[in-house]
Amino acid sequence: MIKIIKYILLDILRNKMVLGYAVFLFAITFTVFSLEDSTQKGLLSMLNLVLFIVPLVSVIFSTIYVYNSSEFIELLVSQPLKRSRIWLSIFVGLAGALSLAFFAGAGLPMLFYEPSATGLMLLLMGLLISVIFVAIAMLAAVHTRDKAKGIGFAILLWIYFSLLFDGLVLFLLFQFADYPLEKAMIGISALNPIDLGRILVLLKMDVSALMGYTGAVFKEFYGTDKGLIVSLSVMVLWIALPLLYSLKKFNRKDL
Amino acid sequence: MKTIAILLLCIASISNIAISRTVMVGASHIDKTIRSGIINANAHDTLLVETGIYHEHNLVIDKPIVVIGINHPIIEGEHKYENVSIKADSVTFSGFSIRNSGISSIVDYAGIKIHNRHHVIIVNNILEDCFFGIYSQYSVNCIIKNNKLIAHQEQEQQSGNGIHCWKSDSLQIVGNTITGHRDGIYFEFVTNSIIWRNVSFGNIRYGLHFMFSNSDTYAANVFEKNGAGVAVMFSKKVKMYHNYFIENWGDASYGILLKEISDSYIDGNYFERNTSGIFLEGVSRVEMYNNDFTENGWGLKIQASCMEIVLKNNNFRGNTFDVGTNGSLVLNTFENNYWDKYEGYDLNKDKIGDIPYRPVSMFSMVVEKNPPAMMLFRSLITTLMDRSEKVIPSLTPEQLKDNHPLMKPLRL
Repeated sequence: MIKIIKYILLDILRNKMVLGYAVFLFAITFTVFSLEDSTQKGLLSMLNLVLFIVPLVSVIFSTIYVYNSSEFIELLVSQPLKRSRIWLSIFVGLAGALSLAFFAGAGLPMLFYEPSATGLMLLLMGLLISVIFVAIAMLAAVHTRDKAKGIGFAILLWIYFSLLFDGLVLFLLFQFADYPLEKAMIGISALNPIDLGRILVLLKMDVSALMGYTGAVFKEFYGTDKGLIVSLSVMVLWIALPLLYSLKKFNRKDL
Repeated sequence: MKTIAILLLCIASISNIAISRTVMVGASHIDKTIRSGIINANAHDTLLVETGIYHEHNLVIDKPIVVIGINHPIIEGEHKYENVSIKADSVTFSGFSIRNSGISSIVDYAGIKIHNRHHVIIVNNILEDCFFGIYSQYSVNCIIKNNKLIAHQEQEQQSGNGIHCWKSDSLQIVGNTITGHRDGIYFEFVTNSIIWRNVSFGNIRYGLHFMFSNSDTYAANVFEKNGAGVAVMFSKKVKMYHNYFIENWGDASYGILLKEISDSYIDGNYFERNTSGIFLEGVSRVEMYNNDFTENGWGLKIQASCMEIVLKNNNFRGNTFDVGTNGSLVLNTFENNYWDKYEGYDLNKDKIGDIPYRPVSMFSMVVEKNPPAMMLFRSLITTLMDRSEKVIPSLTPEQLKDNHPLMKPLRL
């Protein structure tokens, strides 16, 4: 298994696109922090980057990669290897490469400019979101044989998580405005890893505003160590569930 | 005739000085208690009290004398009595440590209480665990200066106000430190007074509670981490200069809560890390110049019931929302403020932005209507909504804008 991971990791890292991604992140992070007059604003731009660009790149690159290596996968399957090992190796290779790219590109300058609690939380969220969207991409890729369809599905998932879901939440909030929704919102936020990541970072960034009533409910839950552990576990679940589901599908798939 | 009169007056005053004595109180003197010292003293004498613990029950000062404690002698209230009651004019009371006054829900026991008097001076005392700290009722021209008030109650009912002033006039409250009380400083029906250089922090309710008190000034005070910030209500002609309002956190907590205030000035104040810097309701004719709003949740929450408020030359930096409001009616003026979220340009380089800045974001209106929407803060959809709102304002008040925003922050 380690051999396969090593091979995939090297293959991806040799791929110019991941290198380009890392350089792009590095350039943006560097510019954002040196251009903005306050690091607060810099962090804000970084938050947008982590919440939109990172999942997008993660999901599209992974889907394309899985489709492009379909022949390689077929070759591996013909060898005396367990299917789950092959699939997990691809996942570890992809997740490792993209996290590494994020860490080298965005993480290092962020640690250099803003080694605060907010910066560290943002870094952690970036890494988690990279990995989560690799898992989601693999689910999309295993779903259908058609490459175009698969990529379309992956992009749709990205749009859903970064835009449609929040729109739905807003719609629900106004439909049920007469009910106390503060506590329910905590549950709903767990249904979207991007929202969860954003709230965890905001709890460190916009402390004053979040001290209002609703914010206080969030703060009470997410701000404590227990809440942090729960929300990080939910993020891990967001990696594990799509991955396991895709694994189940892959095991039975007619290649 | 006139010269004789002046001469007589001089003689009278000299003889007066000649008669005033110093009475010593302490374990080694004839007067073992302050009470007997007061009985033996004449008007305008000085009582010097040596260090020690005095159980005086309720000490009544009923002569115009000066009472000075050496090294903070302790007046113990045993949780039952009002430690010191001042019932004479022109009393000076200084240098004592006053502890454990009675607590009651019927009587307002205080560490030191001024009963309907004038020209009383209370300085350099330390009050620990008193119900009310220093209580002034119907008093005129009194000075309360450099006292330290510390209480440790946790519940509002069990705790009185630090410096409580009721129906008084021309008071000077200067350089006191107040913590752990219900309200740090409480003003009700107090006029022509000044609150200057006090520090009020960690009080259960308000750092400063101010009602029906006209023509007062409070300047250079620090209000930090109070349960509900500072409330200034139902008053006219209040001047608020150069105060610090820091870290007042909570949904109903404000740097300043202004309610029904008119003809007042708010200048040079500093608001940092409050949930709301200033909350204004029913406020009219108030001028706010040179204030600094930094890293607040809402810099300013201005209800539609306010009118003729002028906001000029203020800095808004790092606030989550600069201005929040609840309606579309705007009768206030925003002019020449610095907003760090301003994205306009300055073509003629006069350091004033060429396009107006709208400090109320669409999302702050959404949150005002539906607080749980805070969950979506800084998400893509709300950013898109804010952008489109900037192009075509529909939900945010059209008139609420700064036509001449500054490009650079003011040095305040």
